[in-house]
Amino acid sequence: RNHIALRPSSAASWTRAELAKSIRSRNPYSVNLLLGGWDPTSNTPHLYWLDYLGTMATVPFAAHGYGAYFSLSTMDRYHNPEGTLEEGLDLLRKCINELETRFIVNLGKFKVRVADKDGVRVVEL
Amino acid sequence: MSIMELNGGSCVAMVGKNCVAIACDLRLGNQALTVATNFSKVFPVTPSTLVGLPGLATDTMTVWEKLRFRTNMYEMKENRKISPQTLAHLVSSTLYEKRFGPYFVEPVIAGLDNSGVPFIASTDLIGCINFAKDFVVSGTASEKLFGMAESLWEPDLAPEELFETISQTLLNAVDRDAFSGWGAIVWVVEMDGSEGKVTKRWLRGRMD
Repeated sequence: RNHIALRPSSAASWTRAELAKSIRSRNPYSVNLLLGGWDPTSNTPHLYWLDYLGTMATVPFAAHGYGAYFSLSTMDRYHNPEGTLEEGLDLLRKCINELETRFIVNLGKFKVRVADKDGVRVVEL
Repeated sequence: MSIMELNGGSCVAMVGKNCVAIACDLRLGNQALTVATNFSKVFPVTPSTLVGLPGLATDTMTVWEKLRFRTNMYEMKENRKISPQTLAHLVSSTLYEKRFGPYFVEPVIAGLDNSGVPFIASTDLIGCINFAKDFVVSGTASEKLFGMAESLWEPDLAPEELFETISQTLLNAVDRDAFSGWGAIVWVVEMDGSEGKVTKRWLRGRMD
């Protein structure tokens, strides 16, 4: 309709509203999400933590599920808000290693996607 | 496990001499796990009134969005800013509309009307208004806030004194509550001539 894609903040707010509507409906969505994106109008990255209730938070790093109890501690220690993409991927590797060591469930291979000024693409860790 | 205690968070508001103050913590959690430390529960409604919405975080945002819509419509129709007393009743009716499927928030309201007279109020999750003269508290640390406020508050505190009082009330109460804390913000509202002047300050608190 508007010939332009939604900015990450708008996409997150809209998604939050949909989830908030869903939770009190007859058949609610049971899905938590992490919404990440690049805003080309202000040239800034954004990351949002949303849950199935319609809770939304702006965060520097995030995780959902039981894995969160392990990875958030790693990210608290090693996250650099001014880091490069390579540093970020390194942090992701550290989190996955932590899970492989300490988490009872074997999660297998992770699919990694990056969103920046050049769009979204798949990356090999 | 109560729904009101899922995300955590608390708010407090107090009356001073020709001023009011409102404060909240910044934690957003999922039961014991802290998810964000920048989640403010207080929102400005007019240049001289603010509303705090502690409780279930999704409803905090939903009720704020509804309130923002309703107060904007009020301003467009009435061609004036909404007074804090009227806002309290607007919050009450918004919540009572959902009497049998309520929003899980327990709001606190603070502001100065156009003549500069301070006003605070709080409601329960279905809109019963508490017109307190001294202070109002809400959230997971409400019992601790009651204790702190009852001891520290006195009438006719000047804006700077009120800031110190409400800050100590909030900080020491949330330090005893596992689900509140991780930073705090205080807003002090006073009259600057005929305009409301709001001073917003971040507090240095325990980050655990």
